[in-house]
Amino acid sequence: MNSAAFVLISILMLGAALAAATLRKLMHAALCFALTFAGLAMFFLLLGAEFVGLALVFIYIGAVAVLIVFTILLTRRDAVKERRFSWVGAVIAVAAFGTLAWSILRTESVSVVAHRVPPLTVGRIGEALMTGYVWPLQCTGVLLTAALIGALVLVMEEKQ
Amino acid sequence: MTPTLQSFLIVSAALFSIGLLAALSRRHAIFVLIGIELMLAAANLNFIAFWRFGPQQEAPVGVLIALFSIAISAAEAAVGLALVIAVYRHYRTTNVDQLDQLKG
Repeated sequence: MNSAAFVLISILMLGAALAAATLRKLMHAALCFALTFAGLAMFFLLLGAEFVGLALVFIYIGAVAVLIVFTILLTRRDAVKERRFSWVGAVIAVAAFGTLAWSILRTESVSVVAHRVPPLTVGRIGEALMTGYVWPLQCTGVLLTAALIGALVLVMEEKQ
Repeated sequence: MTPTLQSFLIVSAALFSIGLLAALSRRHAIFVLIGIELMLAAANLNFIAFWRFGPQQEAPVGVLIALFSIAISAAEAAVGLALVIAVYRHYRTTNVDQLDQLKG
């Protein structure tokens, strides 16, 4: 695993995430959100999970980011009335990061280097999904159908 | 020097904290959703990193869990954005501070 690639991708991803969290303009934040997920997909490619990386690009950059942009455009009339920067949120976030980083750095068993693993083919994922994980797969299908119907019902125009 | 599991976990913790910052400090409902998505993304990164650095098994469990988690968070985003649109239709605002009708 390449160290330079790791540093570059983490700077890109965390920078884009910070921009998505703090930018005033909604549209810019949505584009930075898409960029964050591009960085995350690069991380997945770096870690050898190519299928999940590509799925992330399709689902997040292709679908969720577009959905967010559409929602911003549909709720546009509400101009940005952001309060001044909330220090409470920043303090809580920094405290959460401090706690997590402290506990990660204190745990010695996680400072391991990756060993060589057999390449993860789509066939292996499909085989696992269709044999041992077929029950969760079906539940996910039901959940997605329910979410689709629920989203449609929520935004349906009420008949006068 | 190659990156260890620790460095991936630190990056993931940073991503989670940024998502928490977005969810807590912004007043716009879409920003809150973006923050939640960022936190879920950090969880996915943890799943994949633990799968890659942990002992290998017959089934790629971490990858499967990450796939299920991506599907669930996509469903959550769809319903959440539909809720934002529905709330906007009723109240003409997406500011979460003004949605206080249930406040006692």
